[in-house]
Amino acid sequence: MRKAFARNPVLGPTAALLLVMIFFSIATDTFLNVDNFSLIVQQSVVIGTLALGQTLIILTAGIDLANAAIAVFGTLLLTRLTIGGTPPFIAVVAGLIACTLIATISGTLVARVKLPPFIVTLGMLAVVTAVTNLYSAGTTYPVPDGLLTFLGSSLYLFGRVQFTMGMILAAILFVVMWFVLSKTGWGRHVYAVGNEPEAARLTGIHIDKTLISVYAVAGLIYGFAAWMALGRTPTADPNAYQTGNLDSITAVVIGGTSLFGGRGGVVGTVVGALIVAVLRSGLTQMGIDSNYQNLATGVLVIAAVAFDQATRRKG
Amino acid sequence: MSTATEPSTGRTTAAAREPMMTARGLVKRYGHVTAINGADFDLYPGEVLAIVGDNGAGKSSLIKALTGALIPDAGEIKLDGKQVRFHSPVEARNEGIETVYQTLAVAPALDIATNLFLGRELRREGLLGKLRLLDRKAMRTRARDELNSLGIATIQDITQPVESLSGGQRQAVAVARAAMFGSKVVIMDEPTAALGVRETAQVLELIKRISERGLPVVLISHDMPAVFEVSDRIHVHRLGKRTGVVDPKKVSMSDVVSFITGAEDIPAEALS
Repeated sequence: MRKAFARNPVLGPTAALLLVMIFFSIATDTFLNVDNFSLIVQQSVVIGTLALGQTLIILTAGIDLANAAIAVFGTLLLTRLTIGGTPPFIAVVAGLIACTLIATISGTLVARVKLPPFIVTLGMLAVVTAVTNLYSAGTTYPVPDGLLTFLGSSLYLFGRVQFTMGMILAAILFVVMWFVLSKTGWGRHVYAVGNEPEAARLTGIHIDKTLISVYAVAGLIYGFAAWMALGRTPTADPNAYQTGNLDSITAVVIGGTSLFGGRGGVVGTVVGALIVAVLRSGLTQMGIDSNYQNLATGVLVIAAVAFDQATRRKG
Repeated sequence: MSTATEPSTGRTTAAAREPMMTARGLVKRYGHVTAINGADFDLYPGEVLAIVGDNGAGKSSLIKALTGALIPDAGEIKLDGKQVRFHSPVEARNEGIETVYQTLAVAPALDIATNLFLGRELRREGLLGKLRLLDRKAMRTRARDELNSLGIATIQDITQPVESLSGGQRQAVAVARAAMFGSKVVIMDEPTAALGVRETAQVLELIKRISERGLPVVLISHDMPAVFEVSDRIHVHRLGKRTGVVDPKKVSMSDVVSFITGAEDIPAEALS
């Protein structure tokens, strides 16, 4: 039993997700409903995508405290460029590039200057937040309709199930990253660098390049998260997603990825993000105060890590 | 002493053979410290050469010079008859020199097949390979074949993570990796230092198997019984250079200890 969980780390989170879903389906009349499920997924798209980038970094035994701040900077950049007359397509590309570059700076400091990721990204969080506030002059901007809000538009499959473009893009990003991590040499190297950097170095893997590329890819994903955020709420707000970094870490950890690196993956992160969203949705529908929801999420994070340790202990 | 310091190898066992790897007059200084002081080295195809010496005698520096982890200030290294000059361990590896380390050589969370091919993954053919897709099936098949041919029967499932293996089995994975990719020389730096008695015996068995394939093995070890069990010749290293190469059939373990500490000079009849 323990061995099965240790070898297949997605098993525990998936079981937990099914359990909470069954619980809320019984406890409320409103939970078990296609529209509700669609809403839950919509609500987890931005944090889930931030968590996807975070997963990559945590797999290398790093952490990114600046991910949400980078995405928020992205939302303002996209919006202000477009308002200023830049073609929306160029603005989106510029946003993706900017987010990639900012995260690459973090990655370079981690890989080449050998600073701890926690400190680098803590500093980056303060820097990016300050730059965002200066750039926005502290005010929010309405997002022009069109390409910038495209990810908020919906498709109705089977006549009535709502899929937003943001959901579809997030799903594509997850599938691509799952594929790259599990099927390519680069993916194996990411795990090896996080699990045992010395062994990775001795087998000839370039640790620096691998780390920097991980942060760069994560930054690109944050850029997509910024675009998704504009589709979700058509306002570029410098004060949005202030707990996005911690929420994304929560999703990754609940999804069974180890903070020590080298173990876990993006499938767990999907499940982790959904667990948090399902918990919030279900508890809201039961009429439970949001402070208790935060409490429940906190307990879940600690439980997830404890469970992770217990299954991994040598039997 | 004067006879011992000359390149006097190959008198009996290797007279007719060309060496696989040689080094002459290697020197490496760090400020006032001389780590390698005119060291020589000879390795013949299919042999197990043990390198013994006290801590600080410069064994590790010699090995680092041979594997590209350190660039010597002077001296020359020949591999398979042609002169080489390695600037990094990767260059030495590309020339067919594989090293097995005492520890840290495997990633515990990754499976056995992945570890065997780490950094040298096989890609799919054609377009999928251009997309950098791994050929997992081929890697698993080759991993399985390699473990079988080395007689590592205790490892059943090559998709299990390395951390589920015993210490000896983990080292067996590292040894199998070296045997699989090493085309010319396999160097093992204290491969049994972290292992128990039975696991050490398993690793020694692997060393014999590899040398039976014609691939020479360099074994750096403090473990005298292990050295005497598997080695064909013993290279004695002292004060940064080779003081002689002895035949384990002609000397006792305590003799070798005396040669290592310098308590006794190596007598001419003990030389290999």
